[in-house]
Amino acid sequence: MHVPDGFIDAPVSAATGVVAASAIAVSLRGARRELDERTAPLAGLVAAFVFAVQMLNFPVAAGTSGHLLGGALAAILVGPFTGVLCVSVVLLVQGILFADGGLTALGVNITDMAIVTTVASYAVFRLLVKVLPRSRRSMSVASFTAALVSVPAAAVAFTLIYAVGGTTDVSLDKVATAMIGVHVLIGLGEAAITALTVSAVIAVRPDLVYGARGLQQRLKLRVNGVLVDAPASTGARTAPVAARTSRRTLWLTGLATSLVLAGFVSFYASSSPDGLEKVAADHGLDKKAAGHAAADSPLADYGVKDVADARLSGGLAGVIGVGATAVAGSAVFWTVRRRRMREVSPASTAVENV
Amino acid sequence: MGAGHAHRLYRHGHSPVHGLPPHTKLAAVFTFVVVVVSTPREAMWAFGLYAVLLGVVARYARVPVGFLLKRLLIEVPFVAFAVLMPFVAEGGRVDVLGLSLSVNGLWGAWNVLAKGTLGVAASVLLASTTELRELLLGLQRLKLPPLLVQIASFMIRYGDVITDEMRRMRIARESRGFEARGVRHWGVLAKSAGALFIRSYERGERVHLAMVSRGYTGTMPVIDEVTATRAQWSYAFALPFAALVVCLLGWFL
Repeated sequence: MHVPDGFIDAPVSAATGVVAASAIAVSLRGARRELDERTAPLAGLVAAFVFAVQMLNFPVAAGTSGHLLGGALAAILVGPFTGVLCVSVVLLVQGILFADGGLTALGVNITDMAIVTTVASYAVFRLLVKVLPRSRRSMSVASFTAALVSVPAAAVAFTLIYAVGGTTDVSLDKVATAMIGVHVLIGLGEAAITALTVSAVIAVRPDLVYGARGLQQRLKLRVNGVLVDAPASTGARTAPVAARTSRRTLWLTGLATSLVLAGFVSFYASSSPDGLEKVAADHGLDKKAAGHAAADSPLADYGVKDVADARLSGGLAGVIGVGATAVAGSAVFWTVRRRRMREVSPASTAVENV
Repeated sequence: MGAGHAHRLYRHGHSPVHGLPPHTKLAAVFTFVVVVVSTPREAMWAFGLYAVLLGVVARYARVPVGFLLKRLLIEVPFVAFAVLMPFVAEGGRVDVLGLSLSVNGLWGAWNVLAKGTLGVAASVLLASTTELRELLLGLQRLKLPPLLVQIASFMIRYGDVITDEMRRMRIARESRGFEARGVRHWGVLAKSAGALFIRSYERGERVHLAMVSRGYTGTMPVIDEVTATRAQWSYAFALPFAALVVCLLGWFL
């Protein structure tokens, strides 16, 4: 799946390069929080592991075999930030040293295979771990589903990048069907291997699995025949004081990136109808389509009314859209956090801050 | 780092290309690939000229043609994809040898093949004339975040160790009569992968402790600062500059 040079056009390659660079910058800070000053040797060794495990062949049947892509596995084993870093470093080394994947396509490759797989699979994994009961079996189920989602997610991301900046005009629905169809199959294999590997590690060293940190039982003491919770050990992680500011910078960086992407990069995005709209137009579906309820809104069809220049209008609409999304998202986040703060009793926070 | 740590793609030599500072080579190769990618695909002769330019560099670097061609095999899976393209692409059709091919698909296949091959050839030339440690120094010199360079250097240094560990585990499996034949054996292979992860992680912890005991504080000291003179820069950039001239000709002719 390594994209070579010349497959995606220059502006989109540059834009994905910016996305990849900022994601790596965020991950570098995040990995320092996950691993502190052990980051370099540990992340390096895990990257070497990802590199090696990609060479481990899993026979399917009659001479064919598959291998791991490793994004989901890395995210579950060492955490999302370190996972992004490890897979990105593997891709970087493969590009520079082994000429596997083009140098100008490095941004596309990292965005697609390091960021999308890791983030998508870790989001699914966390969600499932929250929902399912705390047990080893649900860990396997969660890692299976996470890895299953990660590969088609990368295929979808690739199709989107291709839709914006592909240099060949193979029709979009053909690319999408081929990519996603094949990758759902690959995803099944990836899911099985990831789940098996994660449960093999959990069986031996559950403390090493980042995604299974919640699995450890609290230590209980039997006092006069009654089980009571042992006091939390004083060596517990202290809440980092700097987290507040770094979250704010994270928020600001994210906002700035989205604004740049929405405002400027959308200039270069193709204004021709997207795949679904094209399919609709080809098959005459859109004749029946009733106008959307918001069709008359000032931002209808990704343009600002009364602004004549198409590019300026598209960019403005993008910026306004990002602003609205950021405001709505932050509002939800704030409400949830304030409610959670109220739920946590003062005593338990005191213990955590020791 | 002794001779044993040189990677398989590296080809020892004392040519002028080998002697250039690594960051100039990295920057030159990257610029060259950017120029190649931004050339219009209709200017077929331009890609021929690029290939000639790379051939001249290979000659200066005393890299044999056979060696270069063998390394190019890495893009074979992609060639298969490019061959499919004329059959599935949209647009006007043209009949070649009784097959109906898409004109746009042919252009697309040519575009990807030419640019991809030139990109791979440039990277192969870089990798075969630059030592690993030099490449990392070059990346650091080009202002890549130091932490990222450190991670990459650990990955490259221990890559062989981990791969060897995997090989030993395979030999251990096979010497016990195990042979993976199908999906039913995935459990065993996955357990090996899990064990490999634990070994890598624990090795990382040991490496970290060994480094701390030698005074590591989170940054690596830079012992040999690489510098490049103006002459070396211009020597390295002769390739992308010549390519830029070809590219501009391609746009305006």
